[in-house]
Amino acid sequence: MTGVEVPLIYVVTGIFIFMRGLYALFARPHLLHKLVAGNLAASGVFLVIAWSPQGGPPDPVAQALVLTGIVVSVAITAYAAALLVRLEQTSGKPYLEHDPDK
Amino acid sequence: MSAGVAPWLLAAPVALPLGAGLLMTLLTRGRSLLTLIAGTGVLIAVLLLLDVPAGTRLELAVGGWPAPLGIRWHLDLLATVFLISTAVIALAVALFAALHLSRSEPAIARHFWAPLLFVWAALNALFLSADVFNLYVTLELLTLAAVMLVTLENNQPALDGAMRYLLVALAGSTLYLLGVALFYHATGTLDLMLAAGAVPPAALALMTIGLMAKGALFPLHAWLPPAHAAAPAPGSALLSALVVKASFYILLRLWLESAPNHDAGRILLGLCGTGAVIWGSLLALTQARLKLVVAYSTVAQLGYLLLVFPLAQGAWTGPAFAGGVWLAVSHGLAKAAMFLSAGLVMYTLGHDRIAELRGLAQHAPLTLFTFGIAGVTLMGLPPSGGFVAKWLLLTAAFGSGQWPWALVLLGGGLLAAVYTFRIIGAGFSDGIIERKPPRGPQWIALVLAGLALLAGVAAELPLLQLQEAAP
Repeated sequence: MTGVEVPLIYVVTGIFIFMRGLYALFARPHLLHKLVAGNLAASGVFLVIAWSPQGGPPDPVAQALVLTGIVVSVAITAYAAALLVRLEQTSGKPYLEHDPDK
Repeated sequence: MSAGVAPWLLAAPVALPLGAGLLMTLLTRGRSLLTLIAGTGVLIAVLLLLDVPAGTRLELAVGGWPAPLGIRWHLDLLATVFLISTAVIALAVALFAALHLSRSEPAIARHFWAPLLFVWAALNALFLSADVFNLYVTLELLTLAAVMLVTLENNQPALDGAMRYLLVALAGSTLYLLGVALFYHATGTLDLMLAAGAVPPAALALMTIGLMAKGALFPLHAWLPPAHAAAPAPGSALLSALVVKASFYILLRLWLESAPNHDAGRILLGLCGTGAVIWGSLLALTQARLKLVVAYSTVAQLGYLLLVFPLAQGAWTGPAFAGGVWLAVSHGLAKAAMFLSAGLVMYTLGHDRIAELRGLAQHAPLTLFTFGIAGVTLMGLPPSGGFVAKWLLLTAAFGSGQWPWALVLLGGGLLAAVYTFRIIGAGFSDGIIERKPPRGPQWIALVLAGLALLAGVAAELPLLQLQEAAP
């Protein structure tokens, strides 16, 4: 394989993982599944960011972005998990109520 | 530069609320006092920033690190307008909470101060950020603090609304981040100005959809009413008046600063805005609870802001741009006043069911009056800030031959009148109240509504600057 094709795998895989995660985030009813799906989608995006063209030296800015993104993602996940536990204790089920317009 | 404004002053609007917010975890007493002190400091700092001459940009490389690895903050006229209006609204809400929430619901008030300060710090950092990735980080900080505000009541509707909000925001920020990745790879920079004209349509679309989800812009608005209505009144005021504007602010910078030439996209944004005005207003009309009416009215009012994009035609100056910014400011003031009044109505009657809003005109006339004054701005009647803003938008619509958008502006005002009068009318029927609303908090809400009204009279100087001076 040449230097161009290898990095492209990151982009294609990244976008596939992103779409798979985003789909599950909406389709899965269980809140824990939604949370994991959101994390999966974010990981896909990190793969796309980390891509550097021509297989050249790694781009320090892209790496800084991914690292910061991971920190943000951890914070959001921790908060969402705590909220999920509280919601489950209050309503007795790990699902959202339907029909917000009603 | 002749003005003696030191760049480090840019750090104050972020550092003060952030530091005070962190101290809240250590304090057991005096939380409201610390919040008010830090808030006053922020207000003074942002007013000092007015000394920066128009048309110049004040810059600060945080920690001495240059871009692209460091964080670069900058201040232009648009940022100044948002910093000042945010400071006024947030400080008024903090004062209201210190006087009222601390007495009426002390258990909730204890946890109110930290998220308020974090929301404020995140907003200020967002207004000062110059690159798309820093905007992403500040947007996430804002979301976390905003969701905390929703959860304060700690009952099932609040937790459910908060979870829904968090999940939509998570999806939105992931879409936005993918857009940032494409933005960076296509332009080689994260800076909004440096990338001007080179942003690929895919990046623009992904970032816009992500921001629309986070900002509750139609058709991605369904999470907003349950979340905003579930928060305690000062929290709802912050969420509806300030938090949702963050997405609009980034959209403005993105579409006018970085990507000024996408006709089809602009019209699509305008159509979403039209949908928001119609659908949001109709749902506001059919709600049975006061807080939900005010929340759906936010959905509708955010729609007007989207009309700026087709009307401004990519111009960073002119009547449409100035009108859009001023509409955001006036709506913030009026909506904060409305939610604070709604909180006082709930305190007075013990509920907020519109069919049973009896006795308000007799026993809480000031609160009902405040609601009406705030409604005048939402309807866009003179002399309110909403009127001047809509006038500018109408000027732009007729000036550029895009009269269909004018119909949306005028029709939306009519619908706002109907849902405002429905509540005022209900308040005029006779009835007995549970307890009198406190005097001080009523005046704070009235001052906010009055400022929204005065925003039309005293708007000349900032509006002229916004129309003329490109950042």
